[in-house]
Amino acid sequence: MKIHEYQAKEVLRKFGIRTPKGGPAFSVEEALEVAKSLGGPVWVVKAQIHAGGRGKGGGVKLARSLDEVRQHASAILGMRLVTHQTGPEGQIVKRLLIEEGADIKHEYYVSILTDRATQKVAVLASSEGGMEIEEVAAKTPEKILKAFIDPIVGFPDEEAERLARGIGIPEASVPAAVDTLKKLYTCYMETDASLAEINPLILEGDGGIKALDAKFNFDDNALFRHPEIVAYRDLDEEDPDEVEASKYGLSYIALDGNIGCLVNGAGLAMATMDTIKLFGGEPANFLDVGGGATTEKVTAAFKIMLRNPKVKGILVNIFGGIMRCDTIANGVVAAAREVQLNVPLVVRMKGTNEDIGKKILAESGLPIISAETMADAAQKIVAAVSAAH
Amino acid sequence: MSILINKDTKVITQGITGKTGQFHTEKCLEYANGRNCFVAGVNPKKAGEKIFDIPIFATVKEAKEATGATVSVIYVPPAGAADAIWEAVEADLDLVICITEGIPVRDMLIVRNKMKHKVAAGGKETLLLGPNCPGVITPDELKIGIMPGHIHKKGRIGVVSRSGTLTYEAVAQLTELGLGQSTAVGIGGDPINGLKHLDVMKMFNDDPDTDAVIMIGEIGGTDEVDAAMWCKEHFKKPVVGFIAGVTAPPGKRMGHAGAIISTGAETAQAKLEIMEACGFKVTRNPSEMGKLMKSLL
Repeated sequence: MKIHEYQAKEVLRKFGIRTPKGGPAFSVEEALEVAKSLGGPVWVVKAQIHAGGRGKGGGVKLARSLDEVRQHASAILGMRLVTHQTGPEGQIVKRLLIEEGADIKHEYYVSILTDRATQKVAVLASSEGGMEIEEVAAKTPEKILKAFIDPIVGFPDEEAERLARGIGIPEASVPAAVDTLKKLYTCYMETDASLAEINPLILEGDGGIKALDAKFNFDDNALFRHPEIVAYRDLDEEDPDEVEASKYGLSYIALDGNIGCLVNGAGLAMATMDTIKLFGGEPANFLDVGGGATTEKVTAAFKIMLRNPKVKGILVNIFGGIMRCDTIANGVVAAAREVQLNVPLVVRMKGTNEDIGKKILAESGLPIISAETMADAAQKIVAAVSAAH
Repeated sequence: MSILINKDTKVITQGITGKTGQFHTEKCLEYANGRNCFVAGVNPKKAGEKIFDIPIFATVKEAKEATGATVSVIYVPPAGAADAIWEAVEADLDLVICITEGIPVRDMLIVRNKMKHKVAAGGKETLLLGPNCPGVITPDELKIGIMPGHIHKKGRIGVVSRSGTLTYEAVAQLTELGLGQSTAVGIGGDPINGLKHLDVMKMFNDDPDTDAVIMIGEIGGTDEVDAAMWCKEHFKKPVVGFIAGVTAPPGKRMGHAGAIISTGAETAQAKLEIMEACGFKVTRNPSEMGKLMKSLL
C-alpha cells in the first residue's frame, strides 16, 4: 500500500524525524488557512498524488505571498498531473500539502528496503539527493552507499556513521544524520514498510538534518496489524477495477491489450499472458482467481474484465487440481449467461473431471470455444478476435 | 531415490486441525504411502486428541520425540506462521515445508535471520521450503502439500518452480508424454523464502535417480540467474527452462509478492537470455516444456 507525502511525513514525525512544518489542504481556502498558520514568508504548495516526479510535471510551486499561495493552490487542485510514473493519462490532484520554505544547503538521498538476495534490510544513501535514484544508479553507481542490516542485530552506530560520512555530511552534522538514519530504520521495521525513502534529506544552513520529501510503501500482508496505516489509504489513487477485484479475492491488473484472461495461479496467469503474446495477441489484463474458482468469483472476474472497453475476447485457463473442472465449467457457464457475454470466449481446462467439464461447456448452448493446451487456446482466441474485426 | 522426501519420511502437520490443514491432510493420507508417513499433528489446545487417527501433540518438540518425525508441514494462518516455522527449527527438524500464503515479510526476514544465527552458533540446520508454496511430492511415495497427486507419475525428471499451477502444468505435460518425475518441488512465490532454485538444483545434480530437470521461474529477483550461473559450471544433466512474465509491466506486483520487476536484470527476457547462455534449453512457449524435455532425452 502506498500513502501520500503529507502522511509519510506524519509517520516520520511520529518516529522523531524532523520535517518542515506544514499541513494538508483539500481546497484553496484550506490551503490559505494552513499557509496563514505557518506564517511565511515563503511557502511551498505541493500536489499530493501517489506518483513521483511531481515537481517536473508542474505540481510543486514556491509562493512568496498568500496571494501566490492562492494562485498556485487554485492552479494545482483539480489539475491532471502527468509524470513519468502516472502514465500519459495522468492523475487528478485532489489534495495539497502546504509547507514552510526550507533553507537548503545540500540535498542527500536515503532509503530503506528489504533485500531478497541477502535476506537483510538494505539502507541506501547517496550524496546525490533530489534526483531519481534510478538515474544515479545508472550513471554514477559509486555514489550510492549501502549497509545491510541483520534485523536480529539491529542498525549499528558505526554503520550509520559510515554512511553519513561517506555521503559527505559535514562532521558537525554527522550525529544528527546518524540519529535520523537509525530512526528511519526503526520506523521501517515497526510499520512493516517495504520501502521508506527520504529524497531529499537536506542539510540546512544551521547544520540541521531534515526530511524534505518522503515516500513509503507498506507490506500488504502486514496491514492487518496496522490500522493506523490502513487509515491513510486513498482509494482515489488506486485503480477502481483493482479495488473491486480485491473485494472478491481476485488479483487483477489492467494492461494495454484486447484479450482478457482469467487464470488460476499467478505463475500460470503470467504464462498465459505470455502465450497470448507469443501467438500475436496482446493480453488486456492479469487476473488470478486464486484457489476456489466459484461461480461468484468467476462472474465477478468476467464483469471486471468486460468493464474494459478494449476487451474483444476472453481466454479462460484453469488447471483444476484440487478444484474440479466440472465445478469450474458450471461457474464459467453461469457467469457467461449472467453478463450476457458478447465477445468470443475460449476455455482451456485441465485436470480433475476434465471430460465432464468439457461436456458441460459443449451442452450449455453458449458459443464457447474449447481448447486443449495453452498454446491452442491462445491461437484460437487470437484468431477469433481478429476475425471479429 | 528422490530428493527431500521419500516413502519412509515421517511428517508432523502444524495446523492440522484448521480447515485447510484438515482438507489437505486427508488428501495427503490418501496418496501412496501417506497413511504411514503422516505420524503427528500439533495443536496446543488439542493435545492428546486424534484426527484421522493421527495423534495430536502440544508442541513440535513433543511430536518429534514421540514419533521420530524429521519433517513438518505448516498450514498455520499467516499471523502465526513464522512462529510455527521457528518452533520446528528449534525442535531441530531436517525440513520444514510452509504452505501458508500471506505471511508478513518482516516476520519471514526475522525468522530467516534467526535460522542463520542458529547455524552460525553451531546449531543444527533445518531446511525451509516456502512459504507460499504448493509443497513437495515424490510420486508414488509421498505427497506433502496441496498439489493434485493424480497428475504425477513416478519417473526420472525433476521439476522445480516458484508457482503452483504452473508446476502442475509442467508435471501434467511430462506425464502425458510418459515421462515420470523423481521429485517435484514448489519453492514458493514470496520474496523472502527458504530453499531457492539453486539449492534444489544442487540436490537434483546429486540425485542418481534424476536424469534431467525442468526449472521454472518468474520475473523479479535473481534466484533463477544465480541457479543458471552455478549450473553452467557444475550441472551434469539437461535442463529445460521457462520464465513467466515476458508481458508483465515493471513496477506492478503480478499476484506473487516476489513477482515484481524492480531492475532490468529481473525481467523475464533477461533471465531467459542468461539461462540460455548457461546451457539451459529455454522455451518461450509454456505448452512446450514437456516436448522440449522429451527431445533432450
